Formats: sequence, structure tokens, C-alpha cells
Amino acid sequence: MTRVYHNWQALAVLVLVASSALSLPLMSGLPSGGSTAIIMISLIAGALAAMATQLSLPRLAVLAVAPHLAAWLLLAQAGQAPGQATASFWVLLAASWLLAWRLASSLSAIKARTRGVDLALRLIIPTLFGVWILLLWEAIVIGAGIPFVLLPPPSAVAARFANSLPVLAADVNQTIFKSVLIGYVLGCSTGFLAAIVADRFVFIRRGLLPVGNMVSALPIIGIAPIMVMWFGFDWHSKAAVVVVMTFFPMLVNTGAGLAADGHMERDLMRTYASGYWQTLAKLRLPAAMPFIFNALKINSTLALIGAIVAEFFGTPVVGMGFRISTEVGRMNVDMVWAEIAVAALAGSVFYGVIALAERAITFWHPSVRGG
Amino acid sequence: MIDQMNALASQIKPATAVSVPVVEAKGLGLTFETNDGPVHALSNVNLTINKGDFVSFIGPSGCGKTTFLRTIADLEQPTAGTLSVNSMTPRQAREARAYGYVFQAAALLPWRTIERNVALPLEVMGFSRTDVAERIHRTLELVNLTGFEKKYPWQLSGGMQQRASIARALAFDADLLLMDEPFGALDEIVRDHLNSQLLELWARTSKTICFVTHSIPEAVYLSTKIVVMSPRPGRVTDVIESTLPKERPLDIRETPEFLAIAARVRDGLRAGHSYED
Repeated sequence: MTRVYHNWQALAVLVLVASSALSLPLMSGLPSGGSTAIIMISLIAGALAAMATQLSLPRLAVLAVAPHLAAWLLLAQAGQAPGQATASFWVLLAASWLLAWRLASSLSAIKARTRGVDLALRLIIPTLFGVWILLLWEAIVIGAGIPFVLLPPPSAVAARFANSLPVLAADVNQTIFKSVLIGYVLGCSTGFLAAIVADRFVFIRRGLLPVGNMVSALPIIGIAPIMVMWFGFDWHSKAAVVVVMTFFPMLVNTGAGLAADGHMERDLMRTYASGYWQTLAKLRLPAAMPFIFNALKINSTLALIGAIVAEFFGTPVVGMGFRISTEVGRMNVDMVWAEIAVAALAGSVFYGVIALAERAITFWHPSVRGG
Repeated sequence: MIDQMNALASQIKPATAVSVPVVEAKGLGLTFETNDGPVHALSNVNLTINKGDFVSFIGPSGCGKTTFLRTIADLEQPTAGTLSVNSMTPRQAREARAYGYVFQAAALLPWRTIERNVALPLEVMGFSRTDVAERIHRTLELVNLTGFEKKYPWQLSGGMQQRASIARALAFDADLLLMDEPFGALDEIVRDHLNSQLLELWARTSKTICFVTHSIPEAVYLSTKIVVMSPRPGRVTDVIESTLPKERPLDIRETPEFLAIAARVRDGLRAGHSYED
């Protein structure tokens, strides 16, 4: 007889399912039917599948299906009677979540032997996390009947997202492709050039860097109304805010990077009678690249924040910041959340592209090559 | 091949007999001003290094051997006396790319492959593309690194990195090679190996080599002339002309002649030290 492995999540699930039977139905006023039975059976099946040290493939398959089937049926019942959830509903939701936890931890313990399996695991585990955040959000909002204005369920946000694609596309075009990208490119490149000029001429370095440190300590968002007065309501004023926000991080980081090369390497270039620009191009700028990419990554998030917030201070009737500020006033919080989702997506893509470029260009740095 | 080289070397002999001075120091002094008062790194150094010499500088730390090498390279400026390199000031010599310098560490640029590292001085000095390719090939062959052209420095061992940095110093064919404890960070076996390779290379190229070390066997094994230095103030206490033959197998280090020179170097170092106590 094989020894039964007592997994604590599985044991807890069995206890929770048993206790939920005491306070049925799941939704007050809604009779318990076959759906409730399926929820309980699938949770018990999942718990039994989880009772092993090493989960075999069939056990994993049961564990993968059970909590999601249960959660889906729970959501379906909650949708029929929003805000009417009883203790049983919450207990069964917690049991499903425990099984999903057990699934994630056993997936994380798998040592991938092939690259394909490794890649699949690296995608599946974070997806599982994301899905469960949305599932719990949806179940709590609907089950507890939280007012729509306070927190809309993700399903409503997704529906609004799908129905407003043209508006969202116009906002992305205005905010991301005009304000953010143009401001980012201008701010980063002028910051970079200013760092080189400051490196070349001592009096500029002595004068500019202290002022730069002071200006970067200012709340840059405060200058947004002034930029609107100077450059008008359209994207130009938002790009100007982004330029001011991104200029100084790039200046300071490039300055630090230009000081990062070793004495020995600089002496080496001197023994070749290498001129200032040759030493800059062949030694100092490549050595500064990790610092420059640091600034590019910091600036990618700063630029997005700057452009969106600057739109709160006056804008034509398009743009992500404009949409957020007006839709929240009209109580259309689902649209606000849709814009937030777009901003998160755009920010991640922006950051990811820069991080990929960094890996390709500073491949030689110990932090990238790993050693 | 080696016979041919020796034949070549004997042809060059008459030229070395005339003793063309490459480095000439007269009353050379260098004082660093620090917060704790002046530090006399070099004081009244008189030394002539002739073409084709292999000169070692040996002494305890702080004796100014590295400072002297850096002064020749125009990386430090003397505060007293005169110094000429190839009958020019050190600055003119540096701008004429008169020497190759090998540092204590390999100082290879990690974003360049070995061949691009060797090409670095050639790019700075504006050699033509075909010339660069030919010189990379030749110098990497000279230091036995053929086949590692496309590797990055961090993929090679410490000894190979240092060999690559020697190839880089040789690439533009300066007649003078300045080496500042190039093998100091390497283990004994790798060091022996590189020492005999360096001698072979010196015989083949008939360059003038200035070599800073703190190892007595290394100095005696390599040099035609050993300069013993001592600290506070940094000065030359003895100059020993080696009587060892030009051809030196590694086991020459057990011969009485070798041990006699080593003993003289040790005495010189001790004399410099007893000054302190």
C-alpha cells in the first residue's frame, strides 16, 4: 500500500468543501442545483489529485482543470444573483484558489529538460497568476456587489475595451506616438549631447550639473500648465513636459557613464596618442552604454507618466490623459480602466523594446553575460 | 627557422655594438605633491638604454620602477633632469607612437573581440583596412593566439588575455616595448611559459624592451641589463649587465652563472632596504 502524501492545500480544500455544505445555497435566493454539485465534485477531485509528492501528468491535468471549472461555475452563479453571495460561495472560492496555488507551485517545481518546455512554463506560470488576479477581482466585485463606480469587474472593462477600439486607438496615437515618443527622443538625445558638451568643457560641467540636479528635484508636473501656455493645447506642450522630464536623468547618467572607464584604459588610449573624439568613440561611449540604457529605461516610464498627467491641464478632445480625466468625471470608470490597461500595455512594450536593445548592445557587461 | 633568426640576430650585432641609445635619463627626478607633503618617486636617475636591450627594473613597491616606465611613456611628467626617448622628448615620442605599452592587467575592451582589440591602436593610428587585417594575423600568430580572433576577452584565460594585450602593443611595430609587471597576476607555470615566449619574440623582432617586475628569477632570466631600484626616494642602486647567453632555455635558471647574478640582484635589493632600518 502506497503511503498517502498529505498536502496541506489539498487537506484544506477537503475541509472547506465539507464546511460549505453546511450553509448552502451559494447565493441567497438561488436554489442549489447541479452546478453547485459539479463545483464540489471537481474541487474534491482536484484535492485528491494533489495528494502526492511528485504530481504525474494525469494528476496535473486534473489539478489544472478542477479549480478553473469550479471558479467558472461560481462566477456564473454569482452573475445570476449579484451581491447575494453566502459564506459557502466565499469558502468554495477560497478552495478553488488554494488548488490553483498548489497547481502553480507544482508547475514551478518542474525542472524543464527541453527549451520548449522551459519557455512554456515561463509563460504559463505568470499567466496563471494574472488570470487568478482577474478571477478573484471579478468574483469579489460581483459576489459582494461592489458598486460599479468604485470598482468595475474586469469583464465590464474588457467589454468596454472591445467596444471602444477606435477611441482608444486615437488616444494612443495622440499620447504615445506624438507626445511620448517625440518628447522622449528629443529629451534623451539633447540630454546625451549636453552630457558630452559638459564633459568636453569644464566650465559647463561645473555650472550645469549642480543646476541640473536642482532642476531634476523640481516637481516637473508643476510646469505642465506653463508649457501649455508656451506651446499650446496640442501635443507640443505635452512633448515639452516629456523633454524636461527626460533631459536630466539622461544628462546625469551619461555624465556618470563617461566617468566609468578605467584609468588603465584611458592611459592606453593616451599611449596611442589618441585624440579626444577618438577616445570618446572607441572607449568612453561604449563603456558608458550600461549607464545610458539605465537612463533610457528610467525615461521610458517617466515619459508615459509625464505625457498622461500633462493632458490633465488642457488638451484637444483626444488623448489618454484627457480621456481618463473626463470619463472619471462622467462616472464611466470602465473606460478609465480600459485606458489604464492600454497605458500598462504600451509602457510594458516600450520598456521591453529598450531592455531587448540593451541586451544586444551591452552583451559584454557582466550583468548581461552573467559572470 | 630559429637558426635563420639567429643568423639574422648576428647580422644585427654590429649595429648593437655601436650602442644607439633609445632611452637616456640624466639626473631625472619626479616629486608628487600630496596632502602629506612631497613624495620623491624618482630622484637623480641616470640611465641609458640601448637599442636591442632587454632591461628589467626590479625593486620593492614604491621604488619608482613603474613611475620611471610611465615617465618614459609620457604618462607622468618629470620634475627634474632630462629624459629623451629616440632623441626626442617623451611627449614627441608618444605622439610619434614610438612605443607599445603593456599594463599590469590586460585592459582589453570587453565589447571588442580579440582581433578588434588588436586592431584598436591601428584604427586610432589610421592604418589601411588590408594592412590592419595583415597585422592582426601576424601579431596574433606571434603570441600563439591564432584561432581565437573571434573570441571576446572574457571568454579567455588570464594568460591568454595578457598575450592578446602584448599582441595589441606589438601590432603597430614600435621599436620600444614598455611592460609594467605584465605577468604579475599570473600563476608560476603560465608565467614561465610566457617568459620563454617573450624571449623568443624579442629574439625574432629585435625590439628594445623595458620590463618592470618584482621577481628576481624573472628579471635575471629575461634581461640583458638589470636595474635594481630602492624606495624613499626612488632611485637606482645597481645596474647589472647580464653575462648569460642570448639563447636561454628555462633550465638555465639552475646554472651557477644564473644563481650568481640572482645573488647580486638580491644583495642590491637588500642594500637598498638596510638603508631604511
